[in-house]
Amino acid sequence: MLRKLFLTSAMALAGLGLAAPAFAQDGPLRIEITDGVIEPMPFAIASFHDEGGAGELLAKVQGLIAADLTGTGLFREIPASAHIARPESFEAPVAYEDWKAINAQALITGAVRVEGGKVIVKFRLFDVFAGQPLGDGMQFDASTGNWRRAAHKAADQVYARLTGEGPYFDSRVAFVQESGPKDARRKRIGVMDYDGANIKYLTDDSTLVLKPRFSPDGSRLLYTSYASGFPQAMMMDVNSLGARALAGEQGTMSFAPRFSPDGRWIVYSLEKNGNTDIFQMDAASGAQRALTNAPSIETSPSFSPDGRQIVFESDRSGVPQLYIMSASGGEPKRISFGDGRYGTPVWSPRGDMIAFTRQVGGKFHIGVMRTDGSEEKMLTESFLDEGPSWAPNGRVVMFTRVTPGGNGEPRLHSVDITGRNMRPVKLNGAASDPDWGPLLP
Amino acid sequence: MKTFVKFAAMGALLTMAACSRPAQQGAMVNDPYAKMNQGVGVGTLPGTPEHFKATAGDTVLFPVDQSTLTPEARTTLANQAGWLKQNQGYSALIEGHADEQGTREYNLALGARRASSVQEYLISQGVTSGRLRTVSYGKERPLEVCSTEECYNKNRRAVTVVSPGAGM
Repeated sequence: MLRKLFLTSAMALAGLGLAAPAFAQDGPLRIEITDGVIEPMPFAIASFHDEGGAGELLAKVQGLIAADLTGTGLFREIPASAHIARPESFEAPVAYEDWKAINAQALITGAVRVEGGKVIVKFRLFDVFAGQPLGDGMQFDASTGNWRRAAHKAADQVYARLTGEGPYFDSRVAFVQESGPKDARRKRIGVMDYDGANIKYLTDDSTLVLKPRFSPDGSRLLYTSYASGFPQAMMMDVNSLGARALAGEQGTMSFAPRFSPDGRWIVYSLEKNGNTDIFQMDAASGAQRALTNAPSIETSPSFSPDGRQIVFESDRSGVPQLYIMSASGGEPKRISFGDGRYGTPVWSPRGDMIAFTRQVGGKFHIGVMRTDGSEEKMLTESFLDEGPSWAPNGRVVMFTRVTPGGNGEPRLHSVDITGRNMRPVKLNGAASDPDWGPLLP
Repeated sequence: MKTFVKFAAMGALLTMAACSRPAQQGAMVNDPYAKMNQGVGVGTLPGTPEHFKATAGDTVLFPVDQSTLTPEARTTLANQAGWLKQNQGYSALIEGHADEQGTREYNLALGARRASSVQEYLISQGVTSGRLRTVSYGKERPLEVCSTEECYNKNRRAVTVVSPGAGM
């Protein structure tokens, strides 16, 4: 089924707004994200070609594509020093034997040019041992200031073709940047690329802010703010930075807001007279109604991707456990039954799993389970891990890891659903409460 | 003259508060200098937030994951109620806190439960509900920063912060 394809009209359409979705799903070269012990797939990137004005972006683009791929733990790059073939141009035929000789299973070739304030990144992917291209060649263009996005898009295509999973590198993450001593921590909301680059702060640190969460299209953020002196769910426009309180009845506290997948609804926790229940709000009209009505704590609601169900945490059994109810409320069904305490459940965008925080035996874990509670698995363990958020492809989660003691501080980490590929997000400084936004267009 | 009456009343309350705290009472009996100090009012000015803190105590502690009031907490809150009834010009904000052993959102809810327990108890002791508000800080504002029970038990707390103003 593999066809040798040249850069054609499909490629011309594949600007950042029009990434061509067609690629070979049935190629022989495939690495799967499974529980089995796997050896990272060796791949090579033939030195990218400068097709005009690329300058330092040439190495940067190539380096970022490599970093995206190796950062998953699924791939291992064969260094350029080991390469035998040195193709003369992007169009030169592939010397498969030379790449086989160094055991490169996948080969990426590419070119970069800069013209009119834009960077154009082209790539092709090859299955070396099959001696064939793996899908179409593609190109992405972006303003030179956004060169990372063009590189992430190319890496996303390679990742998707080689794993059969959805892409996720070209995405943003909202988070809380922290500074100051532990007993007087200052916090502000930031947004960054998934890999910690391009940080932009959306609030100053004069007001305590917690738990930002993107709208499905990434244009708005829900979060909790102490701006009024009391915790209140807020909504902010990411571009204008205009913000307003969602629910503000005096004497109550609103927090843990999250959008429905269609953006129409907001679910959140509302506390009255010490009791916390889950409420639903029409994002357009502001009309609210209770989804739970219990004397226990009900919080951290998260929608299923089809919008029909909500997973949340409740301590109605005596300790916090996970429950699923209809998006319109009603009797919930308990899905977690292990020892300890479960919290912060988040439904995978793929719908197959729920990630959560579990506290047991004096440790915290990030875990995943099927939506019926089966196949529960701990992905991490530390003094304090909490608050997982799914990558757009539902195969990686980002979370907060806090170190103990008076100098302890939070850092962002990511881990895939096998629990093997855990790594810190490259950020200078303390950060918490990550929320992984949608794949960018 | 009015001031004098107020001070006299505070003195009475001071004595009452001291009597209900056995540890301090013991110290005063055994230490004449402490009693002398008390007598000349060294420390806090009656009718001030500092005085509230010093005489009634502004903090009550909670067991792990609990919001029910311990006997010690009830004693402290009875003193707080007494002070608030004596000082009608003050309202109070009750801050609920949790230790770091819990998720951020659950701890916000737990802190609210604790603040609300204190609020209900103060109301049961005769403080007007309109003078009391609550706020939860969850685990965001620990008093002690170590990561052992020694600190955690001080962080699982509700703090009553009084300020001038008749409340809502």
